[in-house]
Amino acid sequence: MTFSEYISGIFRGLQSLLKGMRVTNHYFFNPREIVTQKYPENRAQLQMFERFKGEVIMPHNEKNEHRCTGCGICEISCPNGSIEVITQTIVTEDGKRKKILDKHIYHLSMCTFCGLCVKNCPSNALDFGQEFEHAVFDRSKLTKVLNKEGSTLMKEVE
Amino acid sequence: MTGNAYDFSIITKNIDQYLVLHWGPSMAATLELVLVGVLYLLIYALVGLLLVYAERRICAFIQCRLGPNRVGPQGIFQTIADFIKLLLKENIRIERADKLLFFIAPFIIIVGSFLAFGTLPFAKGLHALDPDIGLFFIMAATSLGVIGILLAGWSSNSKYSLIGAMRSGAQIVSYELSVGLAMVTMVILTGTLQLSEIIEMQRDGWFIFKGHIPALIAFVILLIAGTAETNRGPFDLAEAESELTAGFHTEYSGIKFAFFFLAEYMNMFVLAAVATTLFLGGWMPLHLGNLQAFNQIMDFIPPLVWFLVKVFAVIYIIMLFKWTYPRLRIDQLLSLEWKYLLPINLFNLILMSVIVLLGLHF
Repeated sequence: MTFSEYISGIFRGLQSLLKGMRVTNHYFFNPREIVTQKYPENRAQLQMFERFKGEVIMPHNEKNEHRCTGCGICEISCPNGSIEVITQTIVTEDGKRKKILDKHIYHLSMCTFCGLCVKNCPSNALDFGQEFEHAVFDRSKLTKVLNKEGSTLMKEVE
Repeated sequence: MTGNAYDFSIITKNIDQYLVLHWGPSMAATLELVLVGVLYLLIYALVGLLLVYAERRICAFIQCRLGPNRVGPQGIFQTIADFIKLLLKENIRIERADKLLFFIAPFIIIVGSFLAFGTLPFAKGLHALDPDIGLFFIMAATSLGVIGILLAGWSSNSKYSLIGAMRSGAQIVSYELSVGLAMVTMVILTGTLQLSEIIEMQRDGWFIFKGHIPALIAFVILLIAGTAETNRGPFDLAEAESELTAGFHTEYSGIKFAFFFLAEYMNMFVLAAVATTLFLGGWMPLHLGNLQAFNQIMDFIPPLVWFLVKVFAVIYIIMLFKWTYPRLRIDQLLSLEWKYLLPINLFNLILMSVIVLLGLHF
């Protein structure tokens, strides 16, 4: 290391150190960039993110139709057994026997939000909801039926 | 000059006369000792708690977080709550630890920083001690801390503690040199070690302006080396959470841990105060040339406020160091000191001597 390298090294080092301090200083004097949410106070305006995994839901459209065919792949792929798909067999108008979804039971208490059910569903019937305030006083309230009362299968999924 | 309006020596003299009148000289002296001691202990603890809170908030803002904001308005009582929690916690006794040394270590550290704290001039006439070797005394008192750290590491009977303490010993011994030389550079300019006199010399301009480039270099070196001496990041190898859990105070709990914690922050305060006294004019207000009106307004602000504002500005810079830079490796740490800071410092010393001898300073 020559003497001039030594000197220029000091100045280059100082310059990069000052650059780093300028960044942190900027953040300190610009508190608007703070990302922390003041959660219980801002509950009304709180916007969760698209990717957030709050709970498993089954989206229904306005005609109370869902996309679940009751195939049971989600039940098989769930590692904890938190999904139970109960199907029933009905006879359609043209005399065919057909299996349709009766109850899609979801045990939130056992779910680890791994997302395998959502990923593996062949007809995209499941999705993640943004709700995260799951505390209840009774454990049985954590067992949910995902398909709504009287809902039917969407026509285009069949 | 309105500078005398805020002279605290008048108040202290009045109190002294009152006490002597009512209690007699010997009783008054004892009473004053107790009063000053209690007052300083209170200020020491309160400033320490405030600094812990400030650090947590500042680092939170730097990292785009909020930091403590629940206990009291803006979370100002958070550290007090933490302190109460630490007071109530169990003092765990370590099996096969060196009981006596283990007990003494935190006290040595806190006594070291408290002694240095006692000599700080907060305002005109507002200091407990003003020895004519003030700077030297502060150097000596702050280096007591390393004994405490080594004792804590040795007596804990824990590998983490011992490694942390040894690192800290190597670090403080090296960086003490730079701190000392940076101070000596300024002593060449002032010609005195007494803190009150050093401040008095800066009435017509702070040394960082009066001392040209060497003063500026000495200021930067004092900040860097002082940060290393107080074992703060990025030089916190002695603690290095990720490697040594907590370094030399791994085995301490409860109030003894609080002592280490408090002493670390108060050492930072002492460092900032010394830097302020040497370079930024201590409690002297900012005066700009011949702008009479501006100077009058500046004089109106009490010296205590001036001192605290400057000290906290320096502390903010030191905190920025910690939250900007990654921790240095031990070889980087030592090469920074022996290959860079020390040669620059020696060169700076010569430069300052030449400037003072030729009378080039203001």
